[in-house]
Amino acid sequence: MSVVEARHLTRNFADVVAVDDLSFVVSAGEVVGLLGANGAGKTTTMRILLGLLPPTGGEVLIGGDPVHRVDRRTIGYVPQGLGLYRDLTVAENLAFAAAAFGVPVPSLDDAGLDEVADRRVGDISLGLRRRAAFAVARCHEPSVLVLDEPTSGVGPLGRTRLWETIHETAESGAAVLVSTHYMEEAEECDRVVLMAGGREVASGSVSDVIGTATSIALTGEVSSEAMETMTRAGGTVLSAGNGWRVVGLGLDEVRPIAGSAAEAREVPASFEEAFVALSR
Amino acid sequence: MSWGVDGVSVVFGGVAALSEVSLDLHPGRIAIVVGGDGAGKTTLCRTIVGLEQAVSGEVSRPLRTGFQPETSGVWGDLTVLENLDFVARGYGLDPAHSTPRIEELIEATELVEARDRLGRQLSGGMRQKLGVAMAVLSEPELLVLDEPTTGLDPVSRLELWSFIHLSAREGRALLVSTTYVDEASRGDSVLALDEGRVLATGTVADAIAAMPGKIYASERHMGQYSWHRGANWRVWSPDGTPVSGTHEIAPDLADVVTVAALAREQP
Repeated sequence: MSVVEARHLTRNFADVVAVDDLSFVVSAGEVVGLLGANGAGKTTTMRILLGLLPPTGGEVLIGGDPVHRVDRRTIGYVPQGLGLYRDLTVAENLAFAAAAFGVPVPSLDDAGLDEVADRRVGDISLGLRRRAAFAVARCHEPSVLVLDEPTSGVGPLGRTRLWETIHETAESGAAVLVSTHYMEEAEECDRVVLMAGGREVASGSVSDVIGTATSIALTGEVSSEAMETMTRAGGTVLSAGNGWRVVGLGLDEVRPIAGSAAEAREVPASFEEAFVALSR
Repeated sequence: MSWGVDGVSVVFGGVAALSEVSLDLHPGRIAIVVGGDGAGKTTLCRTIVGLEQAVSGEVSRPLRTGFQPETSGVWGDLTVLENLDFVARGYGLDPAHSTPRIEELIEATELVEARDRLGRQLSGGMRQKLGVAMAVLSEPELLVLDEPTTGLDPVSRLELWSFIHLSAREGRALLVSTTYVDEASRGDSVLALDEGRVLATGTVADAIAAMPGKIYASERHMGQYSWHRGANWRVWSPDGTPVSGTHEIAPDLADVVTVAALAREQP
């Protein structure tokens, strides 16, 4: 069952089309990643989805109703800045959010926050702050959870524990939308939607979207003229380790330009390289 | 010739920010320090460049060391050109030498069209590239970059890494910190930190080979040494004993640092 349904979303800012005919669904129990470079339209899409910004065209349905008609309790949101009051304790932040939504204060124990309940949010580690922001976003048991780079900057264990919470929330029936541009977060999503220039350019599992892309690895002598020719032909030439990587051109195109003093090989693209190739 | 730290500990207000950390830095090589919030990445960078004092251990660095702090170091009220020019004057560089060098750096960082734009009007990616250009302007033998890619989108990240590799190719030793484990593969060696302690070190292949036990993939959560990863669960078997209902997989660095953190948390 699709909980979130974006239909032909368009949003213009003066002459700039930030989101261009974008459609996608997020079903109950699903974690969908929204990927895109800066300026791709991710933030605008999320703001429309949260009901903070009206679309110029198209609509967002939450549980079948237009987003502006939906009870605010339906949606939980963790912004990148976390949206917590730094001068309040963890317990006070949760109590405030619960009061605002008119729901009982959730158990700090269940959220793994009992030990820091009485500490000011500004004084605890980023991992615990993120945990607290999650508890706030989930206190009203929303059916839609929107997360902006939810585990950015957190250590290895903190990150895996946060993702376990996200997956548990999905398994309990919520639709989860995650905005990110990091591989480590994208690989945790059931499905990703890659945006560029306000449009969807690819969607599917991370391996479907990223796994098929290739780059050309160049080693040996490569002249600066050859690099310029590759750039003019539409390639992006990057320095990497002991050689160069070319994104956006095929092996047949690179070989004649690079010349015989260089060795060219087709290799799996990194997450970032696939991004550049797909975002063109 | 090599620099770095050997068994270094740094203490702030009785709390150890770094505990017996060692790292070698070599000309033309990139060392990556990876870790989350509070891991000690910034303390390590600052200790190596001489902004923090170690309570024990040895620190060595060349005379000319460049440092880009986490905040990028770019002045918001100066233009791209003025930022670079200000750094050149600060170092007392000979304009006959620094002027063409500045032009070269503006070109290499693809900031040609933004040269007269104020620092605060730059995108995150442009600002970080300018920060690296400023740190490398005095042609240091060692360049230390603290989280240069944090907050950047994949396209900017790729451009910045390309510039970092170019800088190493000039024969410079580099130390780059990051919160993202997958960026470790962009360097020649890695040091994974957590709460000031070393979780893994060496080349990525060394760090993986040094992991005790084996990793299995499972459809479900299985005990204390189990964590969610991608579409399924990982299970760590400390002595390598096969776990029923799972299949063995080749670990990557993200698994290795998770195992090291788990082993420390649950002795």
